[in-house]
Amino acid sequence: MNPIIRLEGITKVYGEGETTVHALRGATLSTHEGEFVAVMGPSGSGKSTLMNVIGCLDQPSGGKYVLGGKDVSTLDAEALAEIRNQLLGFVFQSFNLLPRTSAVENVELPMVYAGVPARERRERAIEALGRVGLGNRLDHRPNQLSGGQQQRVAIARAIVNRPHVIVADEPTGALDSRTSLEIMALFQELVAAGMTVVLVTHEPDIAAYAGRLLLVRDGEIVSDEKQTPVAAAAQVEVLRS
Amino acid sequence: MTMFQTFRTALKALMINKLRSILTALGVVIGVAAVVAMMAIGEGAKAQIQATFDAMGTNMLTISPGSSNTGGTRGGAGSRYTLTWNDLTAIRTTIPTVAHAAAQLRSNSQVMSAYENWQTSIIGTSPDYFAIRNWDAASGGLFTEQDVSSGNKVAVLGASVAEMLFGMDADPVGQTIRIRNVPFQVVGVLAPKGQTGMGNDNDDVVIVPESAYRTKIQGGLNQYIQGSLMVTAVDANALSRAQAQITELLRERHKLAPDAEDDFRIRNMAEIADARQAGTQTLTILLASIAAVSLLVGGIGVMNIMLVSVTERTREIGLRMAVGAKPHHILSQFLVEAVTLSMIGGFLGIAIGVVAAYAVAGQLGWPILFHPGVAILAVVFSVLVGVGFGLYPAQKASRLHPIDALRFE
Repeated sequence: MNPIIRLEGITKVYGEGETTVHALRGATLSTHEGEFVAVMGPSGSGKSTLMNVIGCLDQPSGGKYVLGGKDVSTLDAEALAEIRNQLLGFVFQSFNLLPRTSAVENVELPMVYAGVPARERRERAIEALGRVGLGNRLDHRPNQLSGGQQQRVAIARAIVNRPHVIVADEPTGALDSRTSLEIMALFQELVAAGMTVVLVTHEPDIAAYAGRLLLVRDGEIVSDEKQTPVAAAAQVEVLRS
Repeated sequence: MTMFQTFRTALKALMINKLRSILTALGVVIGVAAVVAMMAIGEGAKAQIQATFDAMGTNMLTISPGSSNTGGTRGGAGSRYTLTWNDLTAIRTTIPTVAHAAAQLRSNSQVMSAYENWQTSIIGTSPDYFAIRNWDAASGGLFTEQDVSSGNKVAVLGASVAEMLFGMDADPVGQTIRIRNVPFQVVGVLAPKGQTGMGNDNDDVVIVPESAYRTKIQGGLNQYIQGSLMVTAVDANALSRAQAQITELLRERHKLAPDAEDDFRIRNMAEIADARQAGTQTLTILLASIAAVSLLVGGIGVMNIMLVSVTERTREIGLRMAVGAKPHHILSQFLVEAVTLSMIGGFLGIAIGVVAAYAVAGQLGWPILFHPGVAILAVVFSVLVGVGFGLYPAQKASRLHPIDALRFE
């Protein structure tokens, strides 16, 4: 089976001369379809940089990055935008929904740039919102939704273009523990359906829901272990009863 | 992303900050309105001047006698009579580029009809005068060469004089008027001509044959013409040639030494008209330039607000980039927003400018000249303002790095 993400000796250097910062010093990683990878590390460890490179938001200074069988390490801004649009989905700590814009229109956004016709766009957006349990909140605006609901809209937006990989940057950072649990259950559902999720977090509780844990320190992946994920859905059930 | 989609996004973004968008567009509205109004008013003024000169006749030279010079004291123009009736005949008969030539003797006098009296200008001239002024009778006829050579006491009335002496609807033809107690028979009433270039009434005039004028009004025959000459050329292109030929002829006839000054003055009406036109043109350009400055200020307003908008929406830009917007998508989004803003301003500005031009023209009694071209120009202008002043902020937005934009606080 071909790996979805394959990083080979990825380096990232910021600045020049005395102020040079080596954010990544040769990260190597390979993930497969349906893997749930948590990335942990102290702040300044390079985990955000790693996530940015995996998310094609930033170009590595050196090394090779193959995403879905395509070498993306040397692409320019235009081409990277297309890769992000087609192969990647993003979930951010602060949701990053467009204000004054309905849930369904927010979810349509990636398809607008993909050139999907309006009618199909609407159908797929409604379907994606249904998948995250917001089928009855289509026309609500972000300020009419709770934090958890906003993050669900963001997840619907991330999955609507059927990407290979979802990159989630502290997705539960702004949510209470119960809502966090629900969001993690949603991620586990997506993983079970064959999607690859890369989750950056500094909370061990949250990382425990992933099937693989990476530790990053000083720009290097110092540990890479498989683990048995905690089933979030079961915990939600327990809380409900 | 289709153009329509981009336009809808732009409108939506503009609607979010309604007041701000309205105020920004207002800058463009004022600029475009000023340009449109100034150009329409300028065109109107030009047409107004053209119309008055057309009424006067532009294909025309006036020749006035020169100034006197008695012991070094120089009199004004016309202070000495230097043009003779033979000069007039020579101009009429020997210069091929001259179509018509007539003397114009002029004085003010009280004129009486059986009912009323009125002070007006009396002009003594020959039938060529009517051809030169391009003037026809509205009722009755004009006097003829026969009337001139026989010294008949006949008169043609200007429309205003006819009204003053005989009332609105009466027909004075065949009636008698008295000028300095001398009876003249009215043979015709002239078609109304309106105002002169100087704002006088063209129609406040009584025209009589020069022979009768000289004997009955001026008193005493004289070989010199106590007035000026009016000459038309065969066509407008021949006017300056006619001027040169008349100058040469008159200098020769007056036996002027080569280094002597002309003892007459020739004024070229076409040149005067052109000069007046050029003056208006300059004024129009000046006004339009000032208006263009206000449009520039409006454009700077657009740029300012777009820069603010880009800064405010940095995170939105980052998000759009993260989900797949390419730099050119972001560029066109903000560019279309700026153009939409300035185009809305442009359309409103045209409407207001046209209304303002009509109001001003109405006040001044000018013809309203609004070229559709000006509207098109104004739209093109406002689009250019949008593109010109929107490009930099839009480029700034499109060059943002997605990570920096997403992290922007």
